[in-house]
Amino acid sequence: MFKKNFIILICLIFLGFNVPKVKAAEECFEGVSRGIFKFNMAFDDIILEPLAKGYNKLPTPIQQGTGNFTSNISTLLSIPNSILQGNFKDAGHATGSFLVNTTLGILGFLNPAERIGLKPVKEDVGQTLGAYGFGPGCYFVLPILGPSTARDTIGLIADTFVDPFAHITIREQELFGLSGNSLDYYSVKGTGAVDFRSNNINNFDSLEKNSIDLYSSFKSIYLQDRENKINNSKNSQDDWGNLDN
Amino acid sequence: MKKLIVFLVSSIIILNASFLYGYSSNPEEFVKELVGEAINKLSDKNLTKEEKKIFVEKVALENVDIKALSLYTLGELRKSAEKDKLIKYQSTFEKYFLKSLTSRLADYSSSKFEVTSSEKKSASYTIVNSKVSPSDGSPEIKIDWRIYTKNPDKPLIRDLIVEGLSLARTQKEEFASILSSNNNDIIVLIQKLEEFVNN
Repeated sequence: MFKKNFIILICLIFLGFNVPKVKAAEECFEGVSRGIFKFNMAFDDIILEPLAKGYNKLPTPIQQGTGNFTSNISTLLSIPNSILQGNFKDAGHATGSFLVNTTLGILGFLNPAERIGLKPVKEDVGQTLGAYGFGPGCYFVLPILGPSTARDTIGLIADTFVDPFAHITIREQELFGLSGNSLDYYSVKGTGAVDFRSNNINNFDSLEKNSIDLYSSFKSIYLQDRENKINNSKNSQDDWGNLDN
Repeated sequence: MKKLIVFLVSSIIILNASFLYGYSSNPEEFVKELVGEAINKLSDKNLTKEEKKIFVEKVALENVDIKALSLYTLGELRKSAEKDKLIKYQSTFEKYFLKSLTSRLADYSSSKFEVTSSEKKSASYTIVNSKVSPSDGSPEIKIDWRIYTKNPDKPLIRDLIVEGLSLARTQKEEFASILSSNNNDIIVLIQKLEEFVNN
Protein backbone atom coordinates (compact mmCIF):
# COMPACT_ATOMS: atom_id res chain seq x y z
CA MET A 1 0.00 0.00 0.00
CA PHE A 2 2.77 2.40 1.01
CA LYS A 3 4.77 1.45 -2.08
CA LYS A 4 1.74 2.09 -4.30
CA ASN A 5 1.08 5.50 -2.72
CA PHE A 6 4.75 6.37 -3.02
CA ILE A 7 4.75 5.53 -6.74
CA ILE A 8 1.60 7.62 -7.28
CA LEU A 9 3.19 10.54 -5.44
CA ILE A 10 6.37 10.32 -7.50
CA CYS A 11 4.29 10.14 -10.72
CA LEU A 12 2.29 13.20 -9.68
CA ILE A 13 5.44 15.14 -8.92
CA PHE A 14 6.95 14.09 -12.24
CA LEU A 15 3.78 15.01 -14.10
CA GLY A 16 3.86 18.34 -12.34
CA PHE A 17 7.32 19.22 -13.48
CA ASN A 18 7.19 17.62 -16.91
CA VAL A 19 4.40 19.86 -18.12
CA PRO A 20 6.29 22.82 -19.54
CA LYS A 21 3.39 25.25 -19.15
CA VAL A 22 3.05 24.69 -15.40
CA LYS A 23 4.05 28.02 -13.90
CA ALA A 24 6.60 27.99 -11.11
CA ALA A 25 4.36 30.28 -9.09
CA GLU A 26 1.73 27.54 -8.80
CA GLU A 27 1.65 26.00 -5.38
CA CYS A 28 1.23 22.31 -4.60
CA PHE A 29 -0.34 22.83 -1.18
CA GLU A 30 0.02 26.44 -0.11
CA GLY A 31 -1.69 26.05 3.27
CA VAL A 32 0.69 23.27 4.31
CA SER A 33 3.68 25.17 2.90
CA ARG A 34 2.76 28.30 4.83
CA GLY A 35 2.53 26.16 8.01
CA ILE A 36 5.94 24.64 7.35
CA PHE A 37 7.31 28.11 6.57
CA LYS A 38 6.13 29.30 10.01
CA PHE A 39 7.83 26.29 11.59
CA ASN A 40 11.03 27.04 9.66
CA MET A 41 10.95 30.69 10.79
CA ALA A 42 10.57 29.52 14.40
CA PHE A 43 13.46 27.09 13.87
CA ASP A 44 15.49 29.98 12.47
CA ASP A 45 14.63 32.24 15.42
CA ILE A 46 15.44 29.62 18.05
CA ILE A 47 18.36 27.74 16.51
CA LEU A 48 19.82 28.97 13.23
CA GLU A 49 19.93 32.72 13.79
CA PRO A 50 21.53 32.52 17.28
CA LEU A 51 24.08 30.06 15.87
CA ALA A 52 24.77 32.40 12.95
CA LYS A 53 25.17 35.38 15.28
CA GLY A 54 27.56 33.40 17.49
CA TYR A 55 29.45 32.27 14.39
CA ASN A 56 29.79 35.92 13.32
CA LYS A 57 31.64 36.63 16.56
CA LEU A 58 34.39 34.17 15.65
CA PRO A 59 37.62 35.67 14.27
CA THR A 60 37.28 36.49 10.56
CA PRO A 61 39.99 33.99 9.43
CA ILE A 62 38.07 31.17 11.15
CA GLN A 63 34.81 32.21 9.51
CA GLN A 64 36.48 32.52 6.11
CA GLY A 65 38.25 29.20 6.54
CA THR A 66 35.03 27.43 7.49
CA GLY A 67 33.19 28.99 4.55
CA ASN A 68 36.00 27.94 2.21
CA PHE A 69 35.99 24.41 3.62
CA THR A 70 32.26 23.78 3.12
CA SER A 71 32.32 25.51 -0.23
CA ASN A 72 35.25 23.35 -1.39
CA ILE A 73 33.39 20.15 -0.46
CA SER A 74 30.27 21.31 -2.29
CA THR A 75 32.43 21.75 -5.42
CA LEU A 76 32.45 17.94 -5.64
CA LEU A 77 28.75 18.02 -6.54
CA SER A 78 29.38 20.65 -9.21
CA ILE A 79 31.90 18.51 -11.12
CA PRO A 80 29.55 15.70 -12.29
CA ASN A 81 26.70 18.17 -12.83
CA SER A 82 28.81 20.46 -15.01
CA ILE A 83 29.78 17.39 -17.07
CA LEU A 84 26.14 16.29 -17.30
CA GLN A 85 25.26 19.76 -18.59
CA GLY A 86 28.07 19.66 -21.14
CA ASN A 87 29.87 22.57 -19.44
CA PHE A 88 33.33 21.05 -19.61
CA LYS A 89 35.05 24.37 -18.93
CA ASP A 90 33.10 24.74 -15.67
CA ALA A 91 33.85 21.10 -14.84
CA GLY A 92 37.55 21.84 -15.36
CA HIS A 93 37.38 24.92 -13.13
CA ALA A 94 35.55 22.97 -10.41
CA THR A 95 37.99 20.05 -10.57
CA GLY A 96 41.04 22.33 -10.60
CA SER A 97 39.65 24.41 -7.75
CA PHE A 98 38.93 21.32 -5.63
CA LEU A 99 42.38 19.82 -6.22
CA VAL A 100 44.28 23.08 -5.59
CA ASN A 101 42.27 24.04 -2.51
CA THR A 102 42.34 20.55 -0.99
CA THR A 103 46.13 20.29 -1.34
CA LEU A 104 47.69 23.78 -1.35
CA GLY A 105 44.69 25.22 0.45
CA ILE A 106 45.07 22.82 3.39
CA LEU A 107 41.91 20.68 3.02
CA GLY A 108 40.03 23.62 1.57
CA PHE A 109 40.38 26.05 4.47
CA LEU A 110 42.25 28.43 2.16
CA ASN A 111 41.21 29.41 -1.34
CA PRO A 112 44.38 29.73 -3.47
CA ALA A 113 42.41 28.49 -6.50
CA GLU A 114 40.57 31.81 -6.72
CA ARG A 115 43.86 33.68 -6.91
CA ILE A 116 44.94 31.67 -9.94
CA GLY A 117 41.62 32.32 -11.67
CA LEU A 118 39.78 29.07 -10.94
CA LYS A 119 36.18 29.97 -10.20
CA PRO A 120 33.87 26.98 -9.79
CA VAL A 121 30.20 27.51 -10.62
CA LYS A 122 27.85 25.82 -8.15
CA GLU A 123 25.75 23.17 -9.87
CA ASP A 124 23.35 20.50 -8.62
CA VAL A 125 20.99 17.93 -10.12
CA GLY A 126 18.02 20.34 -9.92
CA GLN A 127 19.97 22.76 -12.13
CA THR A 128 20.98 19.93 -14.46
CA LEU A 129 17.33 18.91 -14.86
CA GLY A 130 16.49 22.57 -15.49
CA ALA A 131 19.24 22.78 -18.12
CA TYR A 132 17.69 19.70 -19.80
CA GLY A 133 14.43 21.64 -20.12
CA PHE A 134 12.45 20.30 -17.17
CA GLY A 135 10.22 22.97 -15.71
CA PRO A 136 10.22 23.59 -11.96
CA GLY A 137 6.80 22.07 -11.34
CA CYS A 138 4.90 23.27 -8.35
CA TYR A 139 6.35 25.16 -5.43
CA PHE A 140 6.36 24.08 -1.81
CA VAL A 141 8.35 24.48 1.38
CA LEU A 142 10.30 21.64 2.98
CA PRO A 143 10.80 21.41 6.74
CA ILE A 144 14.20 22.88 7.76
CA LEU A 145 15.46 22.83 4.13
CA GLY A 146 13.15 25.66 3.06
CA PRO A 147 11.74 26.64 -0.36
CA SER A 148 11.75 24.06 -3.14
CA THR A 149 9.96 22.88 -6.25
CA ALA A 150 9.04 19.42 -7.51
CA ARG A 151 12.09 19.41 -9.78
CA ASP A 152 14.47 20.67 -7.13
CA THR A 153 13.24 18.17 -4.54
CA ILE A 154 13.86 15.29 -6.95
CA GLY A 155 17.23 16.91 -7.60
CA LEU A 156 17.96 17.13 -3.90
CA ILE A 157 17.45 13.37 -3.51
CA ALA A 158 19.44 12.65 -6.68
CA ASP A 159 22.27 14.86 -5.40
CA THR A 160 23.07 12.25 -2.77
CA PHE A 161 23.65 9.68 -5.56
CA VAL A 162 25.77 12.00 -7.73
CA ASP A 163 27.81 13.73 -5.03
CA PRO A 164 31.07 11.86 -4.29
CA PHE A 165 31.07 13.33 -0.77
CA ALA A 166 27.64 11.79 -0.10
CA HIS A 167 28.98 8.43 -1.34
CA ILE A 168 31.81 8.31 1.15
CA THR A 169 29.73 9.66 4.04
CA ILE A 170 26.03 8.74 3.83
CA ARG A 171 26.73 5.45 1.98
CA GLU A 172 30.01 4.87 3.82
CA GLN A 173 31.79 3.80 0.64
CA GLU A 174 35.52 4.11 0.29
CA LEU A 175 36.96 6.47 -2.31
CA PHE A 176 40.73 6.92 -2.67
CA GLY A 177 41.11 5.39 0.79
CA LEU A 178 38.71 7.93 2.34
CA SER A 179 35.45 7.16 4.05
CA GLY A 180 33.15 8.74 6.61
CA ASN A 181 29.63 8.50 7.96
CA SER A 182 26.28 10.32 7.84
CA LEU A 183 27.28 12.56 10.72
CA ASP A 184 30.16 13.96 8.63
CA TYR A 185 27.75 14.72 5.79
CA TYR A 186 25.14 16.45 7.92
CA SER A 187 27.79 18.32 9.94
CA VAL A 188 29.29 19.81 6.77
CA LYS A 189 25.86 20.67 5.33
CA GLY A 190 24.75 22.15 8.67
CA THR A 191 27.92 24.24 8.97
CA GLY A 192 27.39 25.44 5.38
CA ALA A 193 23.87 26.54 6.34
CA VAL A 194 25.14 28.45 9.40
CA ASP A 195 27.84 30.09 7.27
CA PHE A 196 25.25 31.14 4.67
CA ARG A 197 22.87 32.44 7.34
CA SER A 198 25.65 34.41 9.03
CA ASN A 199 26.57 36.08 5.73
CA ASN A 200 22.96 37.14 5.29
CA ILE A 201 21.98 38.35 8.77
CA ASN A 202 21.26 41.89 7.56
CA ASN A 203 19.52 40.76 4.38
CA PHE A 204 17.18 38.47 6.32
CA ASP A 205 16.45 41.17 8.91
CA SER A 206 15.72 43.73 6.21
CA LEU A 207 13.47 41.33 4.32
CA GLU A 208 11.60 40.42 7.49
CA LYS A 209 11.16 44.08 8.43
CA ASN A 210 10.02 45.26 5.00
CA SER A 211 7.83 42.45 3.70
CA ILE A 212 4.10 42.49 3.97
CA ASP A 213 3.99 38.80 3.01
CA LEU A 214 7.34 37.26 3.92
CA TYR A 215 6.35 33.83 2.59
CA SER A 216 5.85 35.27 -0.91
CA SER A 217 9.07 37.28 -0.77
CA PHE A 218 11.07 34.13 0.01
CA LYS A 219 9.25 32.27 -2.74
CA SER A 220 10.00 34.97 -5.31
CA ILE A 221 13.65 35.21 -4.31
CA TYR A 222 14.07 31.43 -4.37
CA LEU A 223 12.48 31.04 -7.82
CA GLN A 224 14.45 33.95 -9.32
CA ASP A 225 17.68 32.56 -7.88
CA ARG A 226 17.06 29.06 -9.27
CA GLU A 227 16.13 30.50 -12.67
CA ASN A 228 19.40 32.47 -12.74
CA LYS A 229 21.43 29.47 -11.63
CA ILE A 230 19.94 27.26 -14.32
CA ASN A 231 20.66 29.90 -16.96
CA ASN A 232 24.09 30.56 -15.43
CA SER A 233 23.15 34.21 -15.50
CA LYS A 234 22.74 37.11 -13.11
CA ASN A 235 20.30 39.00 -15.28
CA SER A 236 16.70 39.30 -14.26
CA GLN A 237 14.01 38.59 -16.84
CA ASP A 238 12.50 41.65 -18.48
CA ASP A 239 8.75 41.77 -17.92
CA TRP A 240 8.31 45.53 -17.78
CA GLY A 241 6.98 45.65 -21.34
CA ASN A 242 5.82 49.05 -22.48
CA LEU A 243 4.89 50.46 -19.12
CA ASP A 244 4.99 54.19 -19.81
CA ASN A 245 3.91 57.05 -17.63
CA MET B 1 11.10 94.96 -5.25
CA LYS B 2 8.78 92.21 -3.97
CA LYS B 3 8.99 90.52 -7.40
CA LEU B 4 12.76 90.70 -7.31
CA ILE B 5 12.91 89.09 -3.85
CA VAL B 6 10.53 86.33 -4.96
CA PHE B 7 12.65 85.78 -8.08
CA LEU B 8 15.89 85.69 -6.10
CA VAL B 9 14.50 83.31 -3.47
CA SER B 10 13.05 81.03 -6.17
CA SER B 11 16.34 81.04 -8.06
CA ILE B 12 18.28 80.12 -4.95
CA ILE B 13 15.86 77.26 -4.16
CA ILE B 14 15.98 75.94 -7.73
CA LEU B 15 19.76 76.27 -7.99
CA ASN B 16 20.20 74.63 -4.61
CA ALA B 17 17.87 71.80 -5.57
CA SER B 18 19.56 71.19 -8.91
CA PHE B 19 22.96 71.35 -7.26
CA LEU B 20 21.91 68.77 -4.71
CA TYR B 21 19.75 66.47 -6.77
CA GLY B 22 20.33 67.37 -10.43
CA TYR B 23 22.30 64.49 -11.78
CA SER B 24 23.69 63.83 -15.24
CA SER B 25 21.33 62.67 -17.99
CA ASN B 26 23.80 59.99 -19.05
CA PRO B 27 22.57 56.79 -17.30
CA GLU B 28 26.04 55.66 -16.17
CA GLU B 29 26.98 59.11 -14.86
CA PHE B 30 23.52 59.47 -13.32
CA VAL B 31 23.96 56.32 -11.22
CA LYS B 32 27.56 57.19 -10.36
CA GLU B 33 26.69 60.70 -9.18
CA LEU B 34 23.55 59.67 -7.33
CA VAL B 35 25.16 56.79 -5.45
CA GLY B 36 28.31 58.84 -4.78
CA GLU B 37 26.25 61.55 -3.12
CA ALA B 38 24.12 59.03 -1.23
CA ILE B 39 27.24 57.31 0.17
CA ASN B 40 28.65 60.67 1.28
CA LYS B 41 25.44 61.71 2.99
CA LEU B 42 24.64 58.38 4.62
CA SER B 43 28.13 57.97 6.01
CA ASP B 44 28.26 61.59 7.26
CA LYS B 45 28.37 61.34 11.04
CA ASN B 46 27.35 65.01 11.41
CA LEU B 47 23.91 64.33 9.94
CA THR B 48 21.13 63.09 12.19
CA LYS B 49 19.01 60.05 11.33
CA GLU B 50 16.11 62.37 10.50
CA GLU B 51 18.24 64.47 8.13
CA LYS B 52 19.40 61.33 6.36
CA LYS B 53 15.80 60.15 6.07
CA ILE B 54 14.75 63.47 4.51
CA PHE B 55 17.65 63.25 2.07
CA VAL B 56 16.80 59.68 1.02
CA GLU B 57 13.12 60.55 0.54
CA LYS B 58 13.91 63.62 -1.57
CA VAL B 59 16.37 61.75 -3.76
CA ALA B 60 13.91 58.88 -4.20
CA LEU B 61 11.02 61.16 -5.10
CA GLU B 62 13.20 62.95 -7.67
CA ASN B 63 14.99 60.00 -9.21
CA VAL B 64 12.93 56.83 -8.79
CA ASP B 65 9.96 56.24 -11.05
CA ILE B 66 7.71 55.43 -8.09
CA LYS B 67 4.53 55.83 -10.13
CA ALA B 68 5.62 53.27 -12.73
CA LEU B 69 6.90 50.98 -9.99
CA SER B 70 3.51 51.09 -8.28
CA LEU B 71 1.78 50.13 -11.53
CA TYR B 72 4.29 47.38 -12.33
CA THR B 73 3.95 45.81 -8.89
CA LEU B 74 0.17 45.72 -9.30
CA GLY B 75 0.52 43.39 -12.30
CA GLU B 76 -2.44 42.92 -14.62
CA LEU B 77 -4.80 44.46 -12.08
CA ARG B 78 -3.55 47.90 -13.07
CA LYS B 79 -5.55 47.55 -16.30
CA SER B 80 -8.86 46.71 -14.65
CA ALA B 81 -8.77 48.50 -11.28
CA GLU B 82 -11.16 51.41 -10.78
CA LYS B 83 -9.49 54.77 -11.24
CA ASP B 84 -10.13 56.16 -7.75
CA LYS B 85 -8.86 52.95 -6.13
CA LEU B 86 -5.80 53.03 -8.37
CA ILE B 87 -5.03 56.60 -7.32
CA LYS B 88 -5.44 55.65 -3.66
CA TYR B 89 -3.18 52.63 -4.21
CA GLN B 90 -0.48 54.75 -5.87
CA SER B 91 -0.49 57.29 -3.09
CA THR B 92 -0.27 54.56 -0.42
CA PHE B 93 2.41 52.73 -2.40
CA GLU B 94 4.56 55.87 -2.45
CA LYS B 95 4.42 56.12 1.35
CA TYR B 96 5.12 52.40 1.65
CA PHE B 97 8.06 52.63 -0.76
CA LEU B 98 9.66 55.58 1.02
CA LYS B 99 9.30 54.00 4.44
CA SER B 100 10.69 50.72 3.21
CA LEU B 101 13.61 52.47 1.49
CA THR B 102 14.59 54.59 4.47
CA SER B 103 14.36 51.52 6.70
CA ARG B 104 16.66 49.56 4.39
CA LEU B 105 19.22 52.36 4.30
CA ALA B 106 19.07 53.15 8.03
CA ASP B 107 21.86 50.74 8.91
CA TYR B 108 24.06 51.68 5.99
CA SER B 109 27.74 50.89 6.44
CA SER B 110 30.32 52.36 4.09
CA SER B 111 31.07 50.51 0.90
CA LYS B 112 33.09 51.08 -2.24
CA PHE B 113 30.83 51.60 -5.24
CA GLU B 114 31.85 51.26 -8.86
CA VAL B 115 29.91 51.47 -12.11
CA THR B 116 31.36 48.78 -14.36
CA SER B 117 29.41 49.04 -17.62
CA SER B 118 26.04 49.74 -19.15
CA GLU B 119 23.86 48.36 -21.92
CA LYS B 120 21.18 50.24 -23.81
CA LYS B 121 18.32 47.76 -24.09
CA SER B 122 15.92 50.02 -25.99
CA ALA B 123 15.02 53.68 -26.41
CA SER B 124 13.32 53.47 -23.01
CA TYR B 125 15.76 51.37 -21.00
CA THR B 126 19.42 51.21 -20.14
CA ILE B 127 20.84 48.70 -17.70
CA VAL B 128 23.74 50.11 -15.71
CA ASN B 129 25.98 47.47 -14.14
CA SER B 130 27.75 48.20 -10.89
CA LYS B 131 29.45 46.48 -8.00
CA VAL B 132 29.61 47.22 -4.32
CA SER B 133 32.54 46.12 -2.15
CA PRO B 134 31.53 46.32 1.52
CA SER B 135 34.23 47.74 3.78
CA ASP B 136 33.85 44.83 6.24
CA GLY B 137 35.40 42.45 3.70
CA SER B 138 32.13 40.69 2.80
CA PRO B 139 31.91 39.39 -0.76
CA GLU B 140 31.40 41.90 -3.57
CA ILE B 141 27.77 42.47 -4.59
CA LYS B 142 26.72 42.93 -8.21
CA ILE B 143 23.93 45.46 -8.67
CA ASP B 144 22.24 46.28 -11.98
CA TRP B 145 20.13 49.41 -12.31
CA ARG B 146 17.18 49.48 -14.68
CA ILE B 147 17.12 53.08 -15.86
CA TYR B 148 14.09 54.43 -17.70
CA THR B 149 15.29 56.80 -20.40
CA LYS B 150 12.11 57.66 -22.27
CA ASN B 151 12.87 61.28 -21.40
CA PRO B 152 16.59 61.37 -22.21
CA ASP B 153 17.07 64.52 -20.12
CA LYS B 154 15.66 62.97 -16.97
CA PRO B 155 16.63 59.35 -16.38
CA LEU B 156 14.67 57.54 -13.68
CA ILE B 157 15.41 54.38 -11.69
CA ARG B 158 12.81 51.68 -12.11
CA ASP B 159 14.44 48.63 -10.60
CA LEU B 160 17.50 47.35 -8.79
CA ILE B 161 18.69 43.86 -9.62
CA VAL B 162 20.88 42.62 -6.78
CA GLU B 163 22.88 39.51 -7.73
CA GLY B 164 20.24 38.72 -10.33
CA LEU B 165 17.31 39.22 -7.96
CA SER B 166 14.95 41.96 -9.07
CA LEU B 167 13.55 43.98 -6.19
CA ALA B 168 10.59 45.12 -8.30
CA ARG B 169 9.75 41.58 -9.35
CA THR B 170 9.97 40.35 -5.75
CA GLN B 171 7.61 43.13 -4.72
CA LYS B 172 5.25 42.37 -7.61
CA GLU B 173 5.09 38.67 -6.70
CA GLU B 174 4.54 39.50 -3.05
CA PHE B 175 1.60 41.74 -3.97
CA ALA B 176 0.27 39.13 -6.43
CA SER B 177 0.13 36.58 -3.63
CA ILE B 178 -1.83 38.96 -1.37
CA LEU B 179 -4.21 39.83 -4.21
CA SER B 180 -4.79 36.23 -5.31
CA SER B 181 -5.68 35.11 -1.79
CA ASN B 182 -8.13 38.04 -1.47
CA ASN B 183 -10.11 37.79 -4.72
CA ASN B 184 -7.92 40.41 -6.39
CA ASP B 185 -9.33 43.05 -4.07
CA ILE B 186 -7.05 46.08 -4.32
CA ILE B 187 -8.55 47.50 -1.10
CA VAL B 188 -7.04 44.63 0.91
CA LEU B 189 -3.63 45.39 -0.58
CA ILE B 190 -4.02 49.09 0.22
CA GLN B 191 -4.95 48.19 3.82
CA LYS B 192 -1.85 45.99 4.14
CA LEU B 193 0.36 48.80 2.83
CA GLU B 194 -1.28 51.28 5.22
CA GLU B 195 -0.66 48.88 8.13
CA PHE B 196 3.02 48.81 7.19
CA VAL B 197 3.22 52.60 6.86
CA ASN B 198 1.50 53.18 10.20
CA ASN B 199 3.51 50.63 12.19
